[in-house]
Amino acid sequence: MSPQPQKAVGSPLSRVDGRLKVTGQADYAVDHDVPGAVHAVVVDSSIALGRITGIDTSAAESHPGVLKVITHRNAPRLVYRDNPVSNNPRGRRLRVFQDDQILFFGQPVAVVVATTIETAQHGASLVDVSYEARQPTTDLAGRPGDPLLNYARGDTEAALASAAVRLDREFHLARNHHNPMEPHGTIASWDGDKLTLWDKTQYVIGVQNEAAAVFGIPVENVRVISPFVGGAFGSALRTWPHVAIAALAAREMGCPVKLALSRRQMYFTVGYRPRYQYRLRLGADRQGRLTAMAHEPTYETSNHETFWEATLFLGQMLYNVPNVSQTLRTVSLDVNTPLWMRGPGFSSTSFCIEVAMDELAHELGIDPVELRLRNEPTKDLSTGLPFSTRRLRECFQTGAQEFGWGRRNPKPRSTRDGDWLVGTGVATGCYDTRRARAEAHARLDAGGTAVVQSAASDAGPGTYTSMTQVAADALGLAVREVEFRLGDTTMPPAPPQGASQLMASVGSAVQDTCDKLRLQAIRLAVGDQRSPLHGVRPDDVVVIAGRLQVKDKPARGETYRQLLARNNLTHLEANGGYTPPAETPYSMYGYSAVFAEVGVDARLGLVRVRRMLSVYDAGRIISPKLADSQALGGMIGGIGMALLEHTVTDHRDGRIVNANLADYLVPVNADIPELRAIYLDGDDRKADPIGVKGLGELVKVGVAPAIANAVFHATGRRVHELPITAEALL
Amino acid sequence: MYPFSYTRASDLRTALRAGADGGRYVAGGTTLVDLMRETVERPGTLVDISGLPLREVTATKGGGLRIGALMRMAEIAAHPTVRALYPVISQALELSASAQLRNMATIGGNVMQRPRCTYFRDVTAACNRREPGTGCGAREGFNRTHAILGTSEQCVATHPSDVAVAFAALEATVHLLGPAGERTVAFADFLLRPGSTPQREQDLRPGELITAVEIPAQPRPLRSGYLKVRDRQSYEFALTSAAVALHVRAGVIRSAKVAAGGVGTVPWKLSAVEQRLIGARPSEALWAQAAEVAAEGAHPLAHNGFKVELLKRTVERQLRVVGGTR
Repeated sequence: MSPQPQKAVGSPLSRVDGRLKVTGQADYAVDHDVPGAVHAVVVDSSIALGRITGIDTSAAESHPGVLKVITHRNAPRLVYRDNPVSNNPRGRRLRVFQDDQILFFGQPVAVVVATTIETAQHGASLVDVSYEARQPTTDLAGRPGDPLLNYARGDTEAALASAAVRLDREFHLARNHHNPMEPHGTIASWDGDKLTLWDKTQYVIGVQNEAAAVFGIPVENVRVISPFVGGAFGSALRTWPHVAIAALAAREMGCPVKLALSRRQMYFTVGYRPRYQYRLRLGADRQGRLTAMAHEPTYETSNHETFWEATLFLGQMLYNVPNVSQTLRTVSLDVNTPLWMRGPGFSSTSFCIEVAMDELAHELGIDPVELRLRNEPTKDLSTGLPFSTRRLRECFQTGAQEFGWGRRNPKPRSTRDGDWLVGTGVATGCYDTRRARAEAHARLDAGGTAVVQSAASDAGPGTYTSMTQVAADALGLAVREVEFRLGDTTMPPAPPQGASQLMASVGSAVQDTCDKLRLQAIRLAVGDQRSPLHGVRPDDVVVIAGRLQVKDKPARGETYRQLLARNNLTHLEANGGYTPPAETPYSMYGYSAVFAEVGVDARLGLVRVRRMLSVYDAGRIISPKLADSQALGGMIGGIGMALLEHTVTDHRDGRIVNANLADYLVPVNADIPELRAIYLDGDDRKADPIGVKGLGELVKVGVAPAIANAVFHATGRRVHELPITAEALL
Repeated sequence: MYPFSYTRASDLRTALRAGADGGRYVAGGTTLVDLMRETVERPGTLVDISGLPLREVTATKGGGLRIGALMRMAEIAAHPTVRALYPVISQALELSASAQLRNMATIGGNVMQRPRCTYFRDVTAACNRREPGTGCGAREGFNRTHAILGTSEQCVATHPSDVAVAFAALEATVHLLGPAGERTVAFADFLLRPGSTPQREQDLRPGELITAVEIPAQPRPLRSGYLKVRDRQSYEFALTSAAVALHVRAGVIRSAKVAAGGVGTVPWKLSAVEQRLIGARPSEALWAQAAEVAAEGAHPLAHNGFKVELLKRTVERQLRVVGGTR
């Protein structure tokens, strides 16, 4: 097959769904208009551990407009089959309204169904729940935890003991919440034993399987529709209890039910980045070459489920360290279960590793960029595999040049600007490249336009746009002639939009599908005596602007429209897909070098980021404008993680104290300085057919440590705790 | 939100009558409606006073200023007279809330703001201010943003307003109109410390309405300004703040007006700081020496101890910014 010219891929397209979004025409989950739908509002537990001793629903039930109140006392028993498909962690997931037990603060204890959302909200406030509360345990600090995973190579303790330089540090990272703009919400509608859900999700198939498991119905009886997602950052990778509640209420009511979580409830039942306690010891020689690293991360999980995230990868593969030991522990608490949040595992561990690297550089008087270059491995020491591509060195070189790193005075507290101390810092970012099985369907219509679909999700990265670009080039059509559809379980299956695997997986599936469809058209033409292309070798035909033509004789050819019209065809269609190889002989990661400049008010302790630059080795960039949105968003998220974000729990009763966006601080525009992203040219065809390495997670990793290291450079003050607040710097 | 009835007052008399009947006044609604949504506030009747003729800034005899209670925050901040005579007021307003809120919120409502304490705003938590006698969730809870001055066993919430700090510094007065007629209360007496009755936040009698805030004439020239220290750069309440106004003649400070925000259960007038300034010559040493007493009498809690030092530094910084002499 002759390669198609790449015109759409790599061009800075605006979001194809941008107009719909900014004009309010994009239907997010609960925006969808379902005739006859009533409204449901969840009542939350106000204790964190214990049991419900009584629920007085009379005031709510007698309020005009309230239709029903469902609690564990009148809810039907639900099946809750085991379900390995939907990203449920190991353990026993919360079963809604099945017993009187309270496992965490904010757990749903009842749902009020009413004719309007306002009535349902008021009804929920009238439900009077009494509890027998027990003292919950919600504080990670000082708890030994349970070993979850171990890793070792070499003899770390011996290498540490004999190291010329040693560091032993303990880091503390606050719990963070995803806080997408669109709250989670679901509409449930039953037709007999068939269920349709309009849901906010990053994984329609996950929701489909979980709903089927909860109600004990065949998976094919559930259809999940999710065309638009107003941000998620990982919070919609699981099917949380409110989805089951909406479906349960709809079944009980005999009509469709809409259920949206309030902003406050977004802090209770849809996951969070867990709090970490991380002891890190490292040893190096006088030249800064690492000889040993001992990692002892501990993070929180719930008592009912054991959360897992990728906490050990970085410590094993990022640097050329012969001796590594790792012990990961979890502490089970009376809390809801965490869930992957942007750059899961990597963001947290990179803070600890990269701050420690900065300390080592400072201690040895070696430039922090140079220190990292000295520790570049030639292969992945955790597997012995070569890297598919690893261009971290180039990232640092380009970044240092563009950022003006060479002008830096390495001495901390050496630069002043009025009341502000100015400092710069650097860190490595890294995230693994994942791929998963994905399928797609493409249809070329007689009019010369195409529709391509896959049950993927677009939580913001711009899947609609990037897939359209891949499809347009593979079909030889203009972007406006191609429509990509996603977010429906009736479409060919796709993996979750998480772990930055969607572009590689679905993108490769879309390319395969559209290649097949183009080839089908080419074969039709070259076998058609009436076609100007009759008799030409299919390999010699390319399609440009909807016209099939001989590669070296462009004048000889015809359009898709002519071909289909003459053959009396309404359309051509093809199914295709991508299956990653069972074993890949490469270590695959995306990399970045992150540079930050901060100002710290020397007397008032305020930190303000002044500028940032990230240089990415992320493989091929399909959609540069949307890549920039990802990169800037990741840097902004990193500013939040570094300086502001902190979910506070009152350990006396397990209450989330700041469950709202006034008290849980995320960066506002005034906190965002000049941000710049650079992508190294090139691709990684060893990783996947379209050469991408994933970007959405990578962009968050390394940002917080770059800022923390800049704070040290500005002030001479080393902070091992996130977020970095004024009181740590006074 | 609990059901409520709503009436619009066409004139002061109707408003007062509705107020006397137990109606709650609402103008911009930026605080009250929020709290109603959280069911912290459950008024039976709302009396919308936003149409009343209380929307002027007028100069008073001797160079004072009378600000109508229904002036929007944004209007006052942009008002040429306010900007020229009292930068401290403009700055305090412009550093408050967001542009959208400043366009809606009135000055009367701003002064009447209820605390941002998260235990106060969470109806499932203990709060003496919301429900007297239930206890204070914050005192032994998470209290990083809470008050270090003017607290009581009953309540440790800060007063959230920025402009009220400027009003306290400038010794403003509050004009009230009620069923029994007009009266005037010194700003310092209008906002109440929690003491044993934290639910009582203002010296306000049933049905009374704020009609204006008056800034008394100040000696001229007057240099003034407001500094707000906060975790993020916009749309965030103060950890600490300082309102400073200085009158310097012949190299000597003749008048000093200083108050702090983010630290007290009410805007905190720093009389001890003022005393150290009056009669002295501006200098770096003076600012530090005066700021040293800014946190006198502070009672820090488990998580807000840093505010003691931060308050002193905030005051020192703002004395320098306003007083110059660098």
